[in-house]
This record gives sequence, C-alpha cells and structure tokens, in this order.
Amino acid sequence: MAANEPIAMELAKKQKEISVAEFFTKNRHLLGFDNKRKALLMTVKEAVDNSIDACEEARVMPEISVEIIEVGEFKYRVIIEDNGPGIVKKQIPNIFARLLYGSKFHTLKQARGQQGIGISAAVLYSQLTTGKPAKIVSRISPKYPAHYYELKIDTHKNLPEILMEKEIEWKKDHGTKIEIDLEADYMKGRQSVDEYLKQTAVVNPHVTIIYTNPKAEQIIFPRVTEQLPKEATPIKPHPYGVELGMLLSMLKFTNTRTLSTFLQEEFSRVGAGTAKEICQAAGLNPGMKPAEVTRDHGEKLIKGIQNTKIIAPPTDCLSPITDKELEKGLRKEIAAEFYVTTSRSPSVYRGNPFVIEAGIAYGGEIPKDQTITILRFANRVPLLYQEGACATTEAISETGWKSYGLEQRGNSIPVGPAVIVVHMASAWVPFTSESKEAIANYQEIIKEIKLALQECGRQLGLYVRKKSRASQQMDRMNMFERYIPEIADSIATLAGEKKEKILEGLKKMLVKPDIQAEVIHDEDPDAKLYKMDFKKKNEEEPEEKEE
Amino acid sequence: MAKKDSKKDNPQARLKELGQELAEQIAKGKNPSMEFGLRSLSNVVYDEKTRMLNLGSKTQTRLFFNVGHAKKFMQTLEMAKVSKTLLDVQKHASLRDVFYMAKRTIPGSTINIVDEQQESDDAIEDMELITGASREQMNINANKMGSVAGEVVIEDSGDTINWAKLGSGGWSIPSNVENIQFKSVKAKYIIYMEKQAVWERLHEDKFWKKHDCIIVTSQGQTTRGIRRLLGRMSDEFKLPIYVLADNDPWGYYIYSVLKFGSISLAHMTSSLAVPKAKFLGVTTKDIEEYNLKKHLITLKDVDFTRLKQIMEYDWFKNNKAWQKEFSAMKKNGAKVEIQSLSSRGITFISDTYLPEKIKRQEFLD
Repeated sequence: MAANEPIAMELAKKQKEISVAEFFTKNRHLLGFDNKRKALLMTVKEAVDNSIDACEEARVMPEISVEIIEVGEFKYRVIIEDNGPGIVKKQIPNIFARLLYGSKFHTLKQARGQQGIGISAAVLYSQLTTGKPAKIVSRISPKYPAHYYELKIDTHKNLPEILMEKEIEWKKDHGTKIEIDLEADYMKGRQSVDEYLKQTAVVNPHVTIIYTNPKAEQIIFPRVTEQLPKEATPIKPHPYGVELGMLLSMLKFTNTRTLSTFLQEEFSRVGAGTAKEICQAAGLNPGMKPAEVTRDHGEKLIKGIQNTKIIAPPTDCLSPITDKELEKGLRKEIAAEFYVTTSRSPSVYRGNPFVIEAGIAYGGEIPKDQTITILRFANRVPLLYQEGACATTEAISETGWKSYGLEQRGNSIPVGPAVIVVHMASAWVPFTSESKEAIANYQEIIKEIKLALQECGRQLGLYVRKKSRASQQMDRMNMFERYIPEIADSIATLAGEKKEKILEGLKKMLVKPDIQAEVIHDEDPDAKLYKMDFKKKNEEEPEEKEE
Repeated sequence: MAKKDSKKDNPQARLKELGQELAEQIAKGKNPSMEFGLRSLSNVVYDEKTRMLNLGSKTQTRLFFNVGHAKKFMQTLEMAKVSKTLLDVQKHASLRDVFYMAKRTIPGSTINIVDEQQESDDAIEDMELITGASREQMNINANKMGSVAGEVVIEDSGDTINWAKLGSGGWSIPSNVENIQFKSVKAKYIIYMEKQAVWERLHEDKFWKKHDCIIVTSQGQTTRGIRRLLGRMSDEFKLPIYVLADNDPWGYYIYSVLKFGSISLAHMTSSLAVPKAKFLGVTTKDIEEYNLKKHLITLKDVDFTRLKQIMEYDWFKNNKAWQKEFSAMKKNGAKVEIQSLSSRGITFISDTYLPEKIKRQEFLD
C-alpha cells in the first residue's frame, strides 16, 4: 500500500459493479432456492408457471408433462414439456439464460410469473450445482424447424452463453421443452412437487398435467373444463399505485410533451379533466414539459394525485377462476361431501385492482380432528411456504368459524374436516419476498378475503347444521328400531301373546306419517330437502371422476 | 286410575291387562301409550284434614314413538316384565337385583336398557302408578337398611323373635313387614333416629330398657319397610313416635317424609305416612339450651336452597312452630349434628337430653 494514498483510493480498486447474476449466485435463497428440496420444487414451479402462462396467452388448452428422474445421489433431472406457442429462435437464449429478461415485468396484467427471474434462476442454480447446461427445445409452428439449445448463464455479464444450437426433428407441432439437471432432494408430503401440482390442478381445471415422479409413478391431473380463463388485458398503472421513483423514471422515458398529456397517456383513468385537477392540486403547470419535472415537483405531483378523486382502475386486467370453475377444480382433486366457492367483485389496494376468490371443501375423506388445510394461491399459482406470514392465514384466523360449523379457539386456525382455498388474482400481487411465498397483509386485501370466507362460511354453516339435523333424525330412527324388539318382547310376555305379531305391528308403524313427524320433530322443514341435495351431490361426483 | 282399585290385590292380572292394552293399541296401528298420575311437586296435594300428601288428578301419557319418552317407555315395560317373571316363579328380588336384571346392552347397539339404578327405581315407581300395585306386591324389595330394639316379641315367617334379645345389632327390618305379627309390645313410645351411630349409643346404654321404649334407625332416608313398621305400630298400639334427626334441612325432610309422605311416592301416602310422628330434635332451640354453639357448622348454598324449598311446602307453610324453627336456622346460618351432644359426655344423650325432652313433651308437630 502506498503510504500517502488515501485509503478510499485503495478501496476503490476493489469496488466494481456486481452483476445481477453474481448477486443471485450468492443470495439464492432470495429466489427460493434455499435447500435441495425446495430447489426441486422451485424449478418445477417456474417451468410449469411459464408453460401455463404461455399456453393461455396463445389460447391453447394447456397440456404439460412433468418428469423428474433421479440421476445420482441428490442429483435429479427435471424435464418439462408443454404444447404452448413456442419461442422464436432469437429469444430462446435470453429467456432461459438471462436474469430479469421477460415480457411480463413491463405490463400490468394478471400473470403467473412477474419479474422474469424464475426460469433463468433455475438454470443458474442448475449450473452452479451440477455445472451442466440447460437443454431447450422449442418450435413455433409445423412450418418452422424445432430448435435445440444448450445454454449457460455468463454470471459476470448476465448474458446467455450458448454451448450448442441446432435444428432437430421433433414430434410436436409447437411447444417448448426444457431439461435441467440440478442438486435436489425429492420427498412427498406438504411442500412437495406432488402437492404443488395437485394444488395447481385445483385452481387450473383447464390444465392437464401428466406427472412422473422419481419413483416412476405416473399421476395424471386431467382437465375438467374446456373453458380457457378469460384473457387478461394489460392496463396502464393507476395513479394511486405510483411511487416517487417510478414516477420520475416514467417522466424521464415518456414520449409525451406536457405534464397533462403525460398523466393522460401513461396512467389509466386519467382524462383531461382529472389531469387538470391533479396539476391544480399539485400546484404545477399542466403544460410543463415532463423532462423539466424535478424531484421536488415529483413529490408535489404525488401529493396532488392523493388529493384528487380518481375512479378505480379497470378490472379487465384480471382473469379470476370464477366460482364455478373453482368448484370443478376442488371436486376433482379433493374427495369431500360438500363444496362451496365464491368469487368477489374486483377491489383495489394502492391503485392495483384485485379479485379474491375462496372455496371450502368439507367432510368426506378430509380428516376430522386436525386443523383445517389451507390452500393459498396467487394468480393461480399455489403458495406452499410461509403460511404463517400470509394475509390469507391472518384472514382465516380472524374469521369466526364456530358459527360456520368448525371448531376454533380464539383467533386461531379452525379445526375440522375442511379444506379452505383462497385465491388472489391481481396484476400486481404484493408478495412479502422475491420468492413469492406469502401475500403481504394490506388491510384492503385482508378485508376482501374475510368477506369471501364469510360468504362461503355461511353456506358451510347451513350445510353442517342440516347435516347434524339429518344425522339426529337417523339416530332417532335407529333408536326406535333398536327399542322395538325389546318392547315387543315385554308386551308379548305381559299379554301372553306372540312376539312376532307385536314386532310386525310396531315395525309397520315406523313408516307412518305421524311417527315420521315425531322423528323429524318440530325442526327445520327444509331438513328433508337437504337429504335430496346430499344424494344428488354424491351422484354427481363419480361422473366427474370418470374422465 | 280407576282401574287401580278394582284389581289392586292382583298385580299379576293388572300386568297382563297392561300388556293386552298395549298389544291392542299396536294392532290398531296406534302409538302405544301408558297413562298414569304425574309424579311431581306440581301434582302433589296436601290434605289439611288428614295432614297427608296425596297425588293430584294430573296425569301423564307416556308414548313409545316419542323421542323424549321412548327410552323410559322401554324401561317401564322392562320392569313390568321383570315383575311378572318374579310373580310367576314366586320369588323376591331387591331393587339392586332388578337393576342388574335390566342392565344389559340392546343387541347391535351400544345402548343399555338402564345405566343407573335410579333409572330402574324410577321405572318401578311408575309401574306402581300404572298398575296400582305397590312395589312389594310386585315382589320387588329394597335392601334391608334399618335396626330396631325394644321389649317386643314378633312372629315372622314362622320364627318367633324377641327384639330385646338380639345382641348388639338388634333386629334388622326387612323391606316388607306386612306379614309380621306382633305377639307382645311393652313400650310407651318409639324413638326413630336418622343416624345408625346414635342408635348404637342408645342400644349400648340399654336406653330402651331403662325408659320403656323402642328405638328404630335407618341409614339416612327412611325405607318403606321402616315407614310401614312405624305406621303399623302407631296404628295398632297407639304408640307416639318421636323423630331424632340432625338439625339441618335434610334432617327436617326426613321427618317430613315420615309424617306427611313423600312427593315421589304420593300415590302411596295412605299406607306409608305416619301422621302421628313428632319431631323431637335436634332443634335450633336445643343449640342454646344444651350449649352446642361451638359445634355449629355454617350452612352452604345448597343448604339454604333446600331450607327455602322446605319452608315453602304446603304442609309447612301455615305451621307457625315450624316456620319459627326454619327462620331461626336461616338466621343462625348454621346447623348441628346429633352427635354434637356427645361433647357434653358420651352418655349425655341417653342420660339427660332425651329424658328431659320427653319429660317436657317438647316436640315440633
């Protein structure tokens, strides 16, 4: 070290830009690759999410094959193949081998992936743990050849490194296939790939997944609806959701000439009138050039936005599952005896429109004496980790379940034979971390979840009460049936008559209307109705399963 | 209830009649039913003239096809069947025996015909109302629970028994005393006491010999056999009967049941009540008189509740002496046991307390 040189100069020699790829190399947990088991799940999840998104965008009924093969100790090969639109040759390396590259980050509409980190993070993890490249095949149409790539990520430059590219023969007309080797661990149970795919099937009844696990067991999750989710339209951001930094960068890159046109063009729900009001409230000239807006101006503008009444954002950027389709999904994957689902109308948090959907499956094969199972979803993607930190869990705990027929101690997760599903659909789901595991607890979101749960809860409560009434009636019927032989024997002994005659007389009376009335007692008249409902539902179920 | 008297002496015929009635109802497709007097305070009438409790005219109907009645209906018939069997083979059984005869599980279920003896006991009392025959007439007896000693000779089932020569245990009173014949009775009065221990004290002191009386005890509530025995001696030999019980609401009620009859057995008061019985002690006044204050036990909530109920019974309501007694206890908020008299000396009760009280003829009536 030179004696008179300031220390900062010495330090400056070591200071250099860190590439995104390098950063994530050292912080893989931020993307969810914390451990071997989770790494396997994340890899499958990112690939499947992308595949379904791509199919839906291309309006193709998704058919996805997932295969996991054990290739060595803690070494697995994941092969995922879809029938999506494929990827044009030029983009293949960028999509799979460049972090933060994607089409979804810049638009505001509901999609499974958001940041464009997902699948390339899996490729990066694979490369770090096995040193092997990712193998990609993609084809966009029968008229075009299928392209085969072997890719790695140059972690210094965050750019794709192409190890091999060639045209190959492929049986598929269009679609994409990815093969990744990685260090991983396969286990069943909660937070497993099996569970993730099962839950995916619940909220995506239009998807067929053919899954082969490392034990070579094939599980097929069949599609139960021919209806593709409604296409989500991209929207511009709503002024209420914008933050200073984002506002300033938008001002910098805009092509508009004045502040007024900037507000009208770059945001949703802002017309000439509203733009004028905002500028007035901010004390800024609507005609000023966007490039001239300083940081101070920006702060004023934000305040101006907050003090102006602006109508809620459009909701066509959302594609809810809908209550009917959600019920189909639940019926297909969960063997219960009662199902109820609801889809709320859109609501807004911080300028972001969202829809909460909820469902409950009750009884049947669901274990009785345990806390209920919570299935959480964001934009149709299952959330398997950090249940305790999720807005969903908070809303469930704070809902009073006792009157809905479940046991509950204070504000805790209720106990009973139920599976509760909560789905949040939004152009921007507020996750608590980059690995997208828990929904942040905005009050607006919690309120909506509670309302959805209450809607379902009321139906559940009705059902549980009817069921217990019906079972009481069965008990009473059984009670009389049990007592009849005893009574008949006593009367026969006392009267010196034949028991059979008395027995028959009593049995005949069991079906008489006044006796029936006694069994049903003076309770709910629609208790009989319930019996029919119940039967009907039981009959429907096998039909659906036969597919 | 009209049928009650016509066949009172033939329980077998009455049981058969019951069976036939039910069989007929079933043949007609009618919900099988049994009608009988309602056993509850609301249907107990106090007769000022005879000073006895009687059953009122309210009746209850027990239906088989009724969610609330079905089990009791079955239990009642089960008891009828057991009773018929006993009568057919001319055997007797105790309430406990009968309970075990009925305590079995209905095939193909987890339901027992009866789970507690209280259920079979209740069903038997209902049978008494339905058939008009007493439990004893249906060959069902209570357990022997009492002792008696005194200068009395009786004949029972062909044996001659002298109550003065039966050692320390005395003669144990059977539950059915109808067939006992009194050969000689040398006594001026009878003392009936709630506590076996007090009886043993008096018996050891030969109190009955010194004072020309008969001493009788049961353990706790007076059994039917004892009530009948006291009733017969009261009627047949005009002997006064003095009741010695704890100074607490439960002690008062022992006297009440003996004298006026009980609510649950109001249908049998005429044969079971002993209207001439008088309450000797321990009274609240005795606490002062015999210096028992340091043995006072504070009344609990249940005691207060029971005391209030007893105060309001028709047969005590207009009795000034008794109301004074109840009020005094309420005011003291405390009770004493008979045995507290022993604090004045082990034989104080037989040497001083009882002779003084009887000499002064100091009774509550």
